[in-house]
Amino acid sequence: MNIWRLILREIAHRKLNFLLSLLAIAIAVACLVGAWTLLRTAERRTAEVLAQKQRAVETAGAELQEAMRKITLGLGFNLLILPQDQDLNELHLDGGLSRTMPDDYVDRLAQSKIVTVNHLLPSVVKRLTWPEQNLPIILQGTRGEVPILHADPKKPLLDAVPPGKIVLGYQVQQRLKLKPDDKVTLLGREFTVLKSHPERGTADDSTVWIHLAAAQELLGLQNLIHAILALECHCAGERLPAIRQEISGILPGVQVIERGPPALARTEARSRAEATAVQALQQEQASRAQLRRQHERLAAVLVPVVFTGCTLWIGFLAFGNVRERRAEIGILRAIGCRAGQILGLFLGRAALLGLFGALLGYLGGALLGARWSAGGPDAVSPAAWPGLDPGLMAAATGIALLLAVFGSWIPALWAARQDPARVLQEA
Amino acid sequence: MALLELHQVARTYRAGQPGEVRALPAIDLALAAGEFVAVQGPSGCGKTTLLLIAGGLLAPTAGRVTLVGADPYALSADERAGFRARYLGFVFQQFHLVPYLSVLDNVLAPALAVALPGARERAEELVARFGLHARRRHVPGELSTGERQRTALARALLHRPQLLLADEPTGNLDRENAGLVLDCLVEFARAGGAVLLVSHDAQAVQHADRVMHLARQ
Repeated sequence: MNIWRLILREIAHRKLNFLLSLLAIAIAVACLVGAWTLLRTAERRTAEVLAQKQRAVETAGAELQEAMRKITLGLGFNLLILPQDQDLNELHLDGGLSRTMPDDYVDRLAQSKIVTVNHLLPSVVKRLTWPEQNLPIILQGTRGEVPILHADPKKPLLDAVPPGKIVLGYQVQQRLKLKPDDKVTLLGREFTVLKSHPERGTADDSTVWIHLAAAQELLGLQNLIHAILALECHCAGERLPAIRQEISGILPGVQVIERGPPALARTEARSRAEATAVQALQQEQASRAQLRRQHERLAAVLVPVVFTGCTLWIGFLAFGNVRERRAEIGILRAIGCRAGQILGLFLGRAALLGLFGALLGYLGGALLGARWSAGGPDAVSPAAWPGLDPGLMAAATGIALLLAVFGSWIPALWAARQDPARVLQEA
Repeated sequence: MALLELHQVARTYRAGQPGEVRALPAIDLALAAGEFVAVQGPSGCGKTTLLLIAGGLLAPTAGRVTLVGADPYALSADERAGFRARYLGFVFQQFHLVPYLSVLDNVLAPALAVALPGARERAEELVARFGLHARRRHVPGELSTGERQRTALARALLHRPQLLLADEPTGNLDRENAGLVLDCLVEFARAGGAVLLVSHDAQAVQHADRVMHLARQ
């Protein structure tokens, strides 16, 4: 005979009292484990959602920036490099250019150490009437961008027009009703329509683009160009003189003019797009953090309330158990059991309560937490299921033991201090 | 030498206050090994109080108790509990069996208090001796009153006490079972133990070597 045998026999004899006490411990532990599981799941989900949003924002931001970049491309270029003797009135009043410069200028500029410009676009431009169609147009020859050799490769702002192809502005396409792959003759040479641009509301709508070499040949401008468009200049207005000087040092006999305001607008638009994306992400972060604080506040109130209630519940049941066992306590004391042994009898029972309650509560709390995390009682979120987390199990067991012993402590003391003579006289 | 000696032992509740109750008048009693003494008297005369004082469970308000050569009330509560576990056996009218333990486990209960080598064999022997072998796995609720009292008696004898204190052990028994219990007490005394029986049953006290009468105060 030992004290554990006595405890186990008593538990088997008074099942209801033990089960009700077990339920109290299990509820308290389940509440704690459930709250922990919910918070941990919410935290993990927040991290996942924020990471997803971060990726989405980065993607959307990049797409937006790209779209803004292309949309605002028509607003103009940072710098326009023209022959020194080109009359700017001709450009501003007629939209055309008559003076030329060698087309190897663009190669010299590309091979230089210039750092203020990202893209170089050589072109020939001429206003003329498309003789085969009797249609006034601006003919622009371009060979696409010339890479700046020392710089990182940049994504082209403008796609090159392949030889033998022609690209049409909106108004031109509307007038001629041409579709991609249609054949058309320009200045006696046949071209295949590559595509047409949507309406831009600028001179581009009346422009046709062909390959630079073809344009040079058709216009009798072999090895000559009218202008170099320098794009995405890393410059503000006050730096223009220095840039002019830098370019003039490389290309003698040219003039550089700025198309600043549109470029600034484009930069600002891109910055705004990026700022909007970042702001959306920050709002999401703030919203998630607030939700977590609300969960924590709820847990901080709920868990102590449940613990207090369960402790009282356990204490009440333990008092009932002691009162029911007074005669037993009396005879055990009479035959020589010490007060400490009686105390151990009740605290040992409480320890078993704590151990079994911790196990039940852990499983129950983990299951409830996983279900709530999944958003409903019929589903279990595998990601939220804590499994056999040793740390959490140890904490649950420790807390359950403390709760059971704390709740049973006063009744156990009361039992240990029973006067056997009085009990036996009353029985 | 007396195993139990009570010298002018008395118990008074609310002493010197209004409503003072003299539960036990000052008495002298000596009980030697091999002696069976009965204390007889009407209900309320202090028989049970005397037994509890003799058993080290209730301190007297006056007088001196000597038990196996020592004053149990000079010991701490835990030391006194150990003292009881070694030297004393109790049998009560209400049996006071642990309701959820089997007959065998109830008989083994004193082994909780003190280490008893060979306790299980001794318990099996007592169970068989008291005709309870077929009931050894039964709990008290499944026993007759006679079987319950025999179980209580077996429990009192497990640790081979020197003094057996019996409080109305036949009070709830029929004549046959009462005879069995009393015969056992006599046998215990003949074997060298001492028995202090308190009872108002005339049949019970006839088995004693000596009878002490207590009158209601």
